[in-house]
Amino acid sequence: MSPLKIEQGASSHSVYPLRDPNSDVVEKHTLAVLVENEPGVLARVIGLFSGRGYNIESLTVAEVDHKGHLSRITIVTTGTPQVIEQIKAQLGRIVPVHKVNDLTVEGPFVERELALFRVAGTGEKRVEALRLADIFRANVVDSTLESFVFQLTGAPEKIDAFADLMRPLGLNEVARTGVAALSRGS
Amino acid sequence: MTRQMTGAKMVVQALKDQGVDVVFGYPGGAVLPIYDEIFQQNGIRHVLVRHEQGAVHAAEGYARSTGKPGVVLVTSGPGATNAVTGITDALLDSIPLVVLTGQVATFLIGTDGFQEADTVGITRPCTKHNWLVKDPDRLADTIHQAFHVATSGRPGPVLIDIPKDVQFAEGEYIEPQKAKTSHYQPRVKASIEEVTELVSLIERAERPVFYTGGGVINSGPAASQLLRELVDATGFPVTSTLMGLGAYPASGDAWLGMLGMHGLYEANMAMHGCDLMINLGARFDDRITGKVEAFSPGSRKVHVDIDASSINKVVRVDLPIVGDIAHVLEDVLTVWKSRGRKTQGPALKEWWQKIDEWRGVKCLTYKGSDKVIKPQYALERLEALTKGRDRYITTEVGQHQMWAAQFLAFEDPNRWMTSGGLGTMGYGFPASIGVQMAHPDSLVVNVAGEASWLMNMQEMGTAVQFKLPVKQFILNNERLGMVRQWQELLHGERYSHSWSEALPDFVKLAEAFGAKGIYCDDPAKLDDAIMEMIEHDGPVIFDCLVEKHENCFPMIPSGKAHNEMLLSAEAEAFVGGGALV
Ligand SMILES: Cc1ncc(C[n+]2csc(CCOP(=O)(O)OP(=O)(O)O)c2C)c(N)n1
Ligand SMILES: [Mg+2]
Repeated sequence: MSPLKIEQGASSHSVYPLRDPNSDVVEKHTLAVLVENEPGVLARVIGLFSGRGYNIESLTVAEVDHKGHLSRITIVTTGTPQVIEQIKAQLGRIVPVHKVNDLTVEGPFVERELALFRVAGTGEKRVEALRLADIFRANVVDSTLESFVFQLTGAPEKIDAFADLMRPLGLNEVARTGVAALSRGS
Repeated sequence: MTRQMTGAKMVVQALKDQGVDVVFGYPGGAVLPIYDEIFQQNGIRHVLVRHEQGAVHAAEGYARSTGKPGVVLVTSGPGATNAVTGITDALLDSIPLVVLTGQVATFLIGTDGFQEADTVGITRPCTKHNWLVKDPDRLADTIHQAFHVATSGRPGPVLIDIPKDVQFAEGEYIEPQKAKTSHYQPRVKASIEEVTELVSLIERAERPVFYTGGGVINSGPAASQLLRELVDATGFPVTSTLMGLGAYPASGDAWLGMLGMHGLYEANMAMHGCDLMINLGARFDDRITGKVEAFSPGSRKVHVDIDASSINKVVRVDLPIVGDIAHVLEDVLTVWKSRGRKTQGPALKEWWQKIDEWRGVKCLTYKGSDKVIKPQYALERLEALTKGRDRYITTEVGQHQMWAAQFLAFEDPNRWMTSGGLGTMGYGFPASIGVQMAHPDSLVVNVAGEASWLMNMQEMGTAVQFKLPVKQFILNNERLGMVRQWQELLHGERYSHSWSEALPDFVKLAEAFGAKGIYCDDPAKLDDAIMEMIEHDGPVIFDCLVEKHENCFPMIPSGKAHNEMLLSAEAEAFVGGGALV
């Protein structure tokens, strides 16, 4: 057979120049999904992820437009480029989904999460916890003689870092909201 | 002007306004108000099936053979759960259905009430979309939306769960035109850049192949027409998946036959050796690709599909085009013609020579017999004796299904109903009932295996009651033939539970239902027996006793590549092809 005359990536819509089709590098993506605020819509999204074996690192949902009955679901997920593209396409075909934005590829974006930490301890450890909380600009929202509850907002990495520091100082409970994200600029 | 009426009345009114003429269903406590309305009108016919799974498959047969959505009405709890297999079948084969289920009254939901099941929960993953309607004022709107969703974009089954108190309550009816058909408007037209790109690939291809699927059928008759025009004008070869048979006529010069696991040698070899693959409305199913890493290694691939999630799901393609097949083909034809109808003539000629060599293998050759009926022979005779008639074929699942796809010739779309994606044994008989309801004067034959057929044999009652002259052509090998074949070839001939033991006497069974039974085990008498079946004005069970140990070839064992096909011992050996014999 004669060699191929049509080059690989010959098409301007080719996916080859963009991403290695067989890349198994796992990427982390933040997706913003605008959905009709109707019963079962969250179950559909979650069912899609569990049914097709995709990962969810974080998921938050709340109504963002009361009059328009719209909610925004922010999902942080991981997968190879092919899996990420599949996830977006699969989300896009759910009937009550209006829009899927992949913030990770669409340009700079901000990601924030709120977390509450209960840190119990006395003496040196208690002082150190308070000092570190100050550096991280965490607020004390509850305190007893043996414990603090700190509130911290920031990127997930900042929250992870704070948790790591608090662990040896008596961290015994954490509550995190999951990620909310918006693209930068107008 | 507002029109107040009960929820139950609205259901019937909305179905009428949507142009529904047949409903397949089964009553029960939670849908009695709707059944009461059905009783008091004549516009919509109701076909009482004998099992809710049968209702759904019948609606699928109706939908597939008409292009209109099929409608199902069943009760809550067991009615709904019995429908689940059929709904899943419709999802995998993209068949538009509107399934209406009764539900316990709203104030009972969540209390484990009698015949309560979480129907929307259970069917969420197997419907395109579903709704639980708690407010009678939302009912009509929801039903109209349901028809819109079922039939727009990639078609599929939708379900509306209607609590009994909503059926009794009064609400405002709205017409289809006033319904919120919502933001759900899938893209149907491709961009001009994409179309031009495809045309330029067509102009440069030396070894092209069209790989068509069920999407061409779903797109409507215009898509099949345009496909024929494009194939004939370019002279490119065309193959199809199981679901796409009939989009391009089997008598057409460019037809390679079906591809895939039991596809034709020439079709699979063309897929393997092409330099341009144009996938129209197919989805690179594993029964098509075999081993993905070895799938058509040297080709540039184009994929046209209305569902973006089908593209790059299994196989990476070079040119993804999201759009409706008919729209895209129309644009491709226009642009290709305007650019001078170019193709690589001499190279194409060489390609066809190669294909003709592959055709020379005669991969469907089988060893004839004058003692027992070979299943392939039975289908050849069925084809010969029904050719040219106004004919619809449905099938069950197994060897007989693959032989039917190989040996029957489909000249037009919507004439072939089979369970492709889910592979549901028990599909064919009820599907034939649905087809016959839509085409009362046509010849409807279900090519069945004895084991599959038993799975929904209760529908004999339906066929007899509604005087539907469906022909059940059972290729009886007294085996779960396809299972037996895999056990023979892949599991050391250990035939674990693949016998059909204690089979009924099918002739007596037919008679017990008040239908006609025909038995034949002699090749010499087969033609007469088939004619007797065709000419009988009423349902027939034809027990055609066939060779028990016949294998279906060609076969690509799962996990193997297209050029690692197994051929029958009777096929001509091919020197250059690397096929195993
Ligand atoms: C509901 C269901 N159960 C099991 C299977 C697995 N299966 C596929 S083919 C087959 C045997 C079918 O036997 P028969 O209907 O007699 O057809 P034959 O292969 O003998 O032509 C089985 C059990 C299936 N496809 N569907
Ligand atoms: Mg059998």
